[in-house]
Order: sequence, then structure tokens, then C-alpha cells
Amino acid sequence: MDVLGRGLLVLALAIALYGAVASLVGARRLQVAAAAPDAAPTPEQAAGGVLAAHGSAFVRSGRRAIYLLAILTTAVFVLVEIAFISTDLKFDVVASHSSATTPLGYRIAAPWSSQEGSLLLWVWLLSLWSSLVVWRAGRRMADVVPWAQAVLLGLAAFFLFLLVFYSSPFRLSSPVPFEGEGLNPLLQYPSMMIHPPMLYSGYTLFAIPFAFGVGALAAGHVGSDWIRHTRRYALGAWLLLGIGIVLGSRWSYAELGWGGYWGWDAVENASLMPWIIGTAFIHSVMIQEKRGMLRTWNVSLILLTGILCILGTFIVRSGIISSIHAFGSSTVGWQFLTLLAIMTFGSIALVTWRRPLLRSEHRIDSLLSREAIFLAGNVVLVLLVLVILWGTFFPLLTDVLTGEQRPWASSTWGWWVGPLALTLVGLMGLGPLAAWRKTTAKHAWRQVRAPLAVGLVVLAAGAVIGGSVRIDVWLALLFGGFVLGAVGQELLRGTRARRISTGEALPIALPRLVGRNRRRYGGYLVHAGFAVLVLAVAASSAFKETHRVHGNVGTQMQVGGYTLKYEAAIGNYELQDNRIKKLIIGAKVGVFRDGKRIETIRPTREFFPSLNPADGPVGRYFNGEAATEVALDAGLTRDLWVAMQPDGDALVDIYSALDKKLAGTEAPFQRGAVAAVRLAQVYALRPAPVTFQVIVSPLVTWIWIAAGIMGLGALLAMWPAPDLQARRVRARQKARVARDLGPRPGTAVVSEARSAGPRGPS
Amino acid sequence: MTRTLRLTFAIVAAVTLAGALLYTSFAGSAEARQPSQMASAEAGRDYRLTGIVVPKTLRRTEGTITFRVKDRKGGASVPVVYSGQVPDAFREGREVIVTVQKQGETFQGKPDSLITKCPSKFDDGKQKTDGSMEWRDGSDKVVEGK
Amino acid sequence: MTVAGPLIVLVAFAFALFLLSQPFWPGQLERADEADALRRADLEAAKIAKYREIRDAALDHSTGKLSDADWKPIDARLRTEAVQILDELDGLAHIHGTAAEDHEDLPAAPAATAEDEEPPPATDDGASTAGAADPPSAR
Repeated sequence: MDVLGRGLLVLALAIALYGAVASLVGARRLQVAAAAPDAAPTPEQAAGGVLAAHGSAFVRSGRRAIYLLAILTTAVFVLVEIAFISTDLKFDVVASHSSATTPLGYRIAAPWSSQEGSLLLWVWLLSLWSSLVVWRAGRRMADVVPWAQAVLLGLAAFFLFLLVFYSSPFRLSSPVPFEGEGLNPLLQYPSMMIHPPMLYSGYTLFAIPFAFGVGALAAGHVGSDWIRHTRRYALGAWLLLGIGIVLGSRWSYAELGWGGYWGWDAVENASLMPWIIGTAFIHSVMIQEKRGMLRTWNVSLILLTGILCILGTFIVRSGIISSIHAFGSSTVGWQFLTLLAIMTFGSIALVTWRRPLLRSEHRIDSLLSREAIFLAGNVVLVLLVLVILWGTFFPLLTDVLTGEQRPWASSTWGWWVGPLALTLVGLMGLGPLAAWRKTTAKHAWRQVRAPLAVGLVVLAAGAVIGGSVRIDVWLALLFGGFVLGAVGQELLRGTRARRISTGEALPIALPRLVGRNRRRYGGYLVHAGFAVLVLAVAASSAFKETHRVHGNVGTQMQVGGYTLKYEAAIGNYELQDNRIKKLIIGAKVGVFRDGKRIETIRPTREFFPSLNPADGPVGRYFNGEAATEVALDAGLTRDLWVAMQPDGDALVDIYSALDKKLAGTEAPFQRGAVAAVRLAQVYALRPAPVTFQVIVSPLVTWIWIAAGIMGLGALLAMWPAPDLQARRVRARQKARVARDLGPRPGTAVVSEARSAGPRGPS
Repeated sequence: MTRTLRLTFAIVAAVTLAGALLYTSFAGSAEARQPSQMASAEAGRDYRLTGIVVPKTLRRTEGTITFRVKDRKGGASVPVVYSGQVPDAFREGREVIVTVQKQGETFQGKPDSLITKCPSKFDDGKQKTDGSMEWRDGSDKVVEGK
Repeated sequence: MTVAGPLIVLVAFAFALFLLSQPFWPGQLERADEADALRRADLEAAKIAKYREIRDAALDHSTGKLSDADWKPIDARLRTEAVQILDELDGLAHIHGTAAEDHEDLPAAPAATAEDEEPPPATDDGASTAGAADPPSAR
């Protein structure tokens, strides 16, 4: 199987390289042919025809290379999955990331815990999306698509190059071990099956508009065609990347012992940055579509998004910045840096070269226009990314300066991101309310007053219920409410207008209105979801109650109206194939409210054995990886979050005493296992003190609900609308369009068309 | 607004932002100091204190822990009061870094700022056995070290 | 497996070679020149987008975001641009399929009432000239 796998990878690399070159040659020939004079059949013209025919043959061949690549990488991915599912320890990647005892679900997910599998997943997804986009393109954008093909194939070739020469999933292990090392226990969480593939799907989907952006620049076809054609891919990327981010933050909240959903971790940031720039892109392209403005800006945004996606993949895989995700330093660092350098300088060069073409004919008319607000929002989004980029790489800078990585404190993050995010929410409310081009101040006030009232009501409600005086929270409440009000007002007015013009009943008018304007109302739904998110984040962080209590069985704690009682200790273990998989140290805690028991929760700490003999026969069961099992009682109004940690020193005293005892005996490691189990059992009866961390925070659940709303909005905006079904046109339709133009002098065609209309305006 | 005016405005804004970004990044992230260098510490300023937790000085009370930190080589030590998460690996004799402020004779640790040096654990799914060390924070996340 | 592996790779290679070279075969080459069809595909997409913009502007108007005075010139300009696209589509001769009625895709234009008969303001004449589709106020 290894020969087959390697062979297919090499073949895929060759095809990708060939396809990229063929697409380039084809694109160039078509360009030259198009530039050739269209005069009488001269030799040049004939040559141009041949050139064009050859050019399109090259392009078609390149397109087939993309389809072939999708088939080949699918086959390779299936091979790797088979190796993992059947735990074929012959392969090093399987032996070091999975084991026969790893549950099936995690065996399937294990490939992307490895560098090899991640790279393969990347190129596989990329080839699928690439096939989809060139297939959907059909005959459209014949000048841009060849260049885009070359870019997509080039990216695929880069990843295949890594897979063939540096990080092969088919490397054999020698000697073949009897058992694999298993998937890192910290990764054994259901999200592992979807969180990484979602992120990679997002990254690779963004490669599509990136490639078309490059193609548009190369072809000099910089209107809004490329944007229209890749809008769905950009939205899809935004959606999937967003899902990946939210799943990651949910994972962190439920599984890591610090009780937060966002830690400004380098890898979290790496996925957030392209998502934010993608958000900016999705908004600002509307201005280009409507007004033909901001071409340079848009193309720069998508180029930046593409670069940030590669940077994100690089940060995840390289471990250059200390991160929760740093599962080892990579062997493909310089290759990624080279690619990033090429992409960055290539992008700058392309945009500079095409500057004259990108210049727009229009300027913004008024600050009270939708485009001005969009642009302001864009600037804030880009600033946000610059801040995040700086904060993410700051530890590297201090490493160079002082030899020590110093991440930003969370307060510094809040200090910077908070104001920018709040500004953004304010603009988010204003955007949909403003009209394109300009709004008069009086008209603007009529638009804004009702949503503003909603914002004030939310603020008042928040202030009364929460009782906190924090300007940032107040602003979040006000702006969040404002956005919700704005979206509500838009829906109401739209429905009313539709009911007046069609006479439909409300339950019919509303879905039809939304269904016929999916982009618009999908976007509004995303806004509403984001407003809920902001409200939930503000409430959950401002009104969070955290208590840390140190004690032993019998200890009571009062948090947020609850009484928690540490009732008994838990000391347990889990076996897998007659070996200890983990030791479980925990606490049984009764939760009471007004003296009545509500529930019993069991926060625990799980210790996975280390394989290092130096840790001692018993000690090794405590010195491997450890995971917090949070006891989480989630609710619509508040979450009760409890984690526990046994005192490290107390446990050490016990197991080092045992280690000493066993040191002189025969086969201490066999006895060590028995002793460790015994230790856990004894702990349950005579526990050492533990530290509880109890958090009661309101509305956390709404963060996940809000994310769901945003996802639905994006889906709605992406869903193919009826207007996408291409229809044939003919003169009558033209007449209809022209007729409605009204009695104004027009071109000959327009007048003619108008007169051809069945009903004249007069 | 003329073009030059706009440009000037944009540049001034950019420089101000960049300056603020630099300032907030570096402020408070001073070099780590050992206890013997803390004699001159002023009250109300953040210091990053590094050293070894002195054996038999660690006390856990409800919500807070107290311990003394001494130089890696040498006997000078200072008392620290800390509340917040500690890594699993935190215990007497381990090396720590904690952000503190002087309050009277003791040093008050900033919540959740304590990180502990401990033997390396997993690396790319593989167990490390080369005796290398890494720093972990209260959520047991590796913050530095290879 | 030792034979099967290389054999499958070889078969895959042959298959790839066949597929990739096919566009260059003599019979295939002639069919390449279809500039009209390519242009038509782009125009169809542009038409759909233009219609959507017309609808969008109408919705903005009916929800009160655009005043009558603002909407009329915008709508007129968009419709002129749509007609230009349709003209070009009609100009691309040969392929003429059956037409589907998609009038309902478009909202009604501003009613041509009596007040409308007054001469259009100077800022609006951009709507009538092809190419430069934007009123001068936009500059």
C-alpha cells in the first residue's frame, strides 16, 4: 500500500505541476490571441486563431488536471484513512498518532492530528473546491479562469511537494511497533472529528476567491465578474471557518480548565484573522458590485485573506508561537515561509502593476451613505486584524529581543479589541439603515430613531438586571440592541411594502420577501446573530462570578445564589486492554439552591500515564498528560461551571513514597500499575485537599445560539436564488426593461426597444 | 477636505495607533527578576518575579496560596501571596514566574499569572523522554519551551 | 500487493495521460473557437446581477430608504445598463433558444405620471448615455 500511496502522490504532484504550466501557457496564448487584430484574414489573424485554439486546448487540459487531482487526492486520502482505521502500524504516522485501542471515531479523526494528515486534508479539500469552481464556471470568465486554475494548481503542487518530499504519510516505521502511541488524550473529544476539517475547509475555500482575484489581475479583467463568480465560495469559506472557530471555542470552554471560550491563543488568532478579513471582503465587494468602486481595496483584501489562510496553516503546523495547539514543531517551516513570501510579494507586485486598471471612476458621495459606512467598517476590521497580527507575533519579537516569549496579557487584548469591536457593532447597525450613495440627515434620523430606541431599552434592561456600571458593557448593550432594532425595522418595513404591493397576508409576505432577497436578509440575519453574540459576550464576561475554593470533603461554597457542597472524593481508573488508560481523581459535589438539592455534579481531573520510565513506576501515572473534565450545567440564563484540581504536592508525597518502596523490588513497573490503582482507590476514602474553581456566568449558551443564527444567515445568503437559473432573453423582455425607463431621451436602441413594448408609458 | 489634509490625517492616526500599540505591548512586560533583585522594588509597579518555590513554605488557604520564592542560586527569598489558577506541576521546589506587585513586605501575585517549569510531556503525540523542560500556565497550557 | 501497487499507479498514469492529452487531438482543436459562447455566458451572469440590482433598489425604495427623487435616476440608470446587456446578448447571433418569461423578476419602474413629464434634472442625463452610466454627481 505504501508504494501505491507514494506513487499516487508523485503522480498527483506531476499532474498539478503540469496543469499549472498548461493553464499558464493557455492563459497567455488566449491573451495574445485576443490582442491580435480582428481584421481581414491576414496571416496574423490566422495565427491568432490557431493560437486561440491551442490556448483553449491547454486550458482545457489544465482543467482536467484539476479534476484528476481531485480523484487522486481522494484516493490517497482514502488510503490513509484505511491505514488509520485498520491501525496499520507499518506506517509511522499511524503508529505515532493512533493505536488499535483508540476508538473508531478518533481513529478516523487521527490523520489530521498529524502534520502529514493535515497537509493531505488541505490539498484534498482544495482539489475538491477547485474542481467545483472550474466546473461551475463552465464557459464564463474564459479569460480569468485559466490564471485561477494555475494559482489553484500551484497551491496544490506546493502541498503535494511537501507530502512527497518532506512529510510523507506513507513513511514506514522501523521497527514496526507492537502498538501505536495513540491519539493524544487531550484531542479525544468529539470536536476533533469536525473542528479541524471545518477550519481547513474554510482556509481552502478562501483559496478560490484568492485565485480568481489573482486571475482577474493577471487577465486585466478587474470588474465585478470575478467577485460575482466567487461570492458563494467566499461566503462558504466564511461560514465553515466560522463553524470551525466556534467549535474550537466551545471545546476550550467545556474541556479546558480555565472556564473561558476565547484565550487569544496564537492558533485561535490564526483562524480568526482570515475570517475577519473575509468579513471585510464580503462587505466591500458589494460596493464594487453596486458602484464600481474600491477595486484595489477588494482585490487587496482577498489577496490578504489568502495569505492569512496560509499563515494560519503555518502557525498551526509550525508551533513557532507557543500555543495550546502546539503539538510539536514542524519540519516544513522554511517551505511555508517561502510560499508566504512568494504570495506576499507576488500580490503586491500584481496590484501595483494593475493600479491603472483598478482605479475607480467614482468617489464616495456622502458620509451618510451605505458605502461610507461599509468602508468605515472595513477600516475597523482591517485595524482589528493588524492589532491581532501584532499581538500574535509579539511573543516572537520579545523572544528575539530578550530570549523569552512574552504573550500579551488578556487585559491588553481587551483594551485593543474591545473598542474596535464596539465601533464595529455600531457601524453594523447603521449600515443596513443607510441607502447607497447618500441619505439626508433628516431621512437618516427617521431611519435611526426606532432602532436607537430598541438599543436604549436593552441598555436600560441590562442596567437594571445587571447593575454593573461599566462603560464597555453599556455600549455593548446599546449597540447590540441597536443592531437588533435595525434588523427588525428592515424586516418590518420590507414586509409592509410587500404586503401593500402584492396584498399578501403576513405569513406569506414575510417568507417571500426573505426568499426573494436572500443575500440581503441572510446578511441581516448574520447581523442579528452577531448582535446577540455581542450581548452574550458582554453579559457573560461582565457578570461572571468566579470563586476559587481550597478544601477537603465537607467544604461548602456560595456562588451566584448556589450552595455547593463537596460531598465525597472520587478515585477511579479506566482500563483499556488490561492496561491503565487513565486515573481519575475527582469530587462529588452537591448543588443546592434555597436549601434544596438541584443536582449532583462530578468535576474530575484525569491523568494519562507517561511512557517515561524516569517518572517512576507509580509516578508515571501522574506525570503524563492530564485533562480537566469540567462539570458544566448549561442553561439559557446561566452556566454553572465547576473544575477541580487536586493539590499537586499532596499527590506527589504519596506516589514518590510508593516509588521509593518499589524501587528495590523486582519488576517495579508491573507492581506500579497495581499500586497506582490502589492509590486511586485509597484517595476516594482519604482524599487530599483540592482546589475548586466555580464560575457562574449568565447567557453563555446564547453565544452558541448566536453562532447558530449567524450560520443560518450565511446559509440563507448563499442559497441559490431563483435568479441564478440562467434564462434565455429576447427582445420582448428588453422592451419591458426599456419601457419602464420612462419618457427620457435614450440611445437609438433604447428608444426602439421602448417603442416595441406592448404598453407604452404615455 | 483636500487630498493632502486627508493623507496627513491618516498618517497621524496611523502613527498614533502604532505608538499606542507599541507602548501597551511593552509596558508591564519588563524583564523577569530574581528575588535578590527585588530589594529595590517600588510599590504599585508590576514585576515579573522568577525563582524557585522554597520547600516547606507553601500554604494553601481558602482561595489563596502563600509561598516564598528564592533565587535559582543563592538564598535570598521573598514572600508571595497568590490567588488564581496554578498548573498541575506547581509545587515546592519547582521554578515559577509570576507577575507581582509589592504590598508592604509581601508581593501580591496577579491572578492567573503564575507559570511553572516542568518536564516536557507530549510532543506531536509522542512522549518526550529527553528530559527537556517547558513552562505551563494555570490552564496547563504550554506557554514556552521546546 | 507488491505488484498491484505499481500496477494501479501505472494505470492511473495512463488514464491521466489520455485525459490530459485529449484536448490536443486534431479533432478537438477545431472546436475551440467559440468566443461568442464565452461572451454570452458572461453576459448572462451580468444580466442576472443587473436585475438583482434593480430589484434591490426597488426594495430600498419601497422600504423608505430611498426617496422617490433618489430612486428614479438610479433605477433609470440600472435599466439602461440592463438594456445594453440585453442588446449585446441579442447581437450575439446564432444561439437562440426558447425564451422563458422572466418579467416577474423585475419590479415595476417608477410610475410615469404627469409630474414625470417635466424635463429630467441635469444630473440625470447620465442615464441615457451608453457606457458612462453614472450621473455626473457621482464624480
